Amino acid sequence: MGRLSWRLATVAEVRPETGRVVTLALEVPGWDGHLPGQHVDVRLTAEDGYQAERAYSIASSPDGSRVELAVERLEDGEVSPYLAGELRAGDQLELRGPVGGYFVWEPDRGGPLLLVAGGSGVVPLMAMLRRRAAAGSQVPARLLYSSRTLEDVIFREELERLAAAEDGLTVTYALTRAQPAGWTGYARRIDAVMLEEVGWRPGERPLAYVCGPTRLVEAVAGHLVALGHDPSRVRTERFGPTGVP
Amino acid sequence: MGGFVSRGFKGRRRAADDQATRLPPGQYAERGFPVLTAGPTPRIDLADWRLKLEGLVATPREWTWEELQALPGAGFEGDIHCVTRWSKLGTSFAGVSVDTLLEAAEPLPSASHVVAFCYGGYTTNLPLDDLKGGKAWVVWEHEGEPLPAEHGGPARLLVPHLYLWKSAKWLAGLRLLDHDAPGFWEGLGYHNRGDPWREERYWGD
Repeated sequence: MGRLSWRLATVAEVRPETGRVVTLALEVPGWDGHLPGQHVDVRLTAEDGYQAERAYSIASSPDGSRVELAVERLEDGEVSPYLAGELRAGDQLELRGPVGGYFVWEPDRGGPLLLVAGGSGVVPLMAMLRRRAAAGSQVPARLLYSSRTLEDVIFREELERLAAAEDGLTVTYALTRAQPAGWTGYARRIDAVMLEEVGWRPGERPLAYVCGPTRLVEAVAGHLVALGHDPSRVRTERFGPTGVP
Repeated sequence: MGGFVSRGFKGRRRAADDQATRLPPGQYAERGFPVLTAGPTPRIDLADWRLKLEGLVATPREWTWEELQALPGAGFEGDIHCVTRWSKLGTSFAGVSVDTLLEAAEPLPSASHVVAFCYGGYTTNLPLDDLKGGKAWVVWEHEGEPLPAEHGGPARLLVPHLYLWKSAKWLAGLRLLDHDAPGFWEGLGYHNRGDPWREERYWGD
């Protein structure tokens, strides 16, 4: 396999998803495709030559030379405020990838699928769900997605559309900070009870993908193992700000 | 791709001068200690915990937790670098030097490479030379406290001159081989050696 070389991508579209998250739709000439769950490295260069690099999960299903990233703006961040605030259609940026071969899913890997997300950790899981839909896969899938408020749910309209297709996908939200009037769903952090109610039984041998902040990932993966799920079928990825004092 | 400039990007977090020379290319200084793991954190009872040194050695060894603690202690104070681009500067770990373990097991002359294997199934590969000569430790303390499970406790390998995925968490043992055998991430596109100063992140870097 050859070196992953840096490519110049052009921003085709900037799409707001929530108040803090935008989708960057990029045209990447020569892109060889990717697996849902993989990420890219993005490199920014200032006029004086200073560079900053970060990794971002791919949100889109493989689709020719089009690659979509969803970026959450972190107020004290260096790269995300630029990507999610400054970039506009027609701008260019350097990236290389795709990277990562473990936290990935393709329909032929089967299921049932248990996807657990916290905040922007939904991004690589969305790539899996988009791929599942694009492939017409009937692999049973359940997404359990924790957000602070309903307004913070990324891809909400699309998730509801995907779930409405009744092709074996269910979407369940847990709203941890505030809930709209009349909310009958979960109003707390994801816990073992919720995983038992929403997730599959260990005997159904789900493939679990868990992505979000460290605390959520550690807790959910620990609960799944304690509930009797095979640790080798629980894949985790950390996502979001790295500042963990 | 020389000459490309990101329109409107200034960069806010240029490292202070004293840090700049300590940061390998493409890295930034992180004050926290992020957790990156491919699966659930294994929970290992210290009563059952063992560390093995096996393969091409004259005397295969196995240490219990108490036996390991009784070995001459050694520590590391310095910088660590994760392939996901954060570096933690000026941190410290304590445990035992891998040299001490190797001396006890006596590597055979044919031993050239090592596979570190772990509770939970993780593996990573290193040239034996990267574990010798005061460059590698098995550690169970971080900054004076017991190493938390999410950071690899009870004990992890520490090879700070390579990217941190080589510093295998939840270490169960070292197997000496006469050939190289790529480990978990090395088989999934990450670089076989992982020298941060040469920015060896992925295959072909």
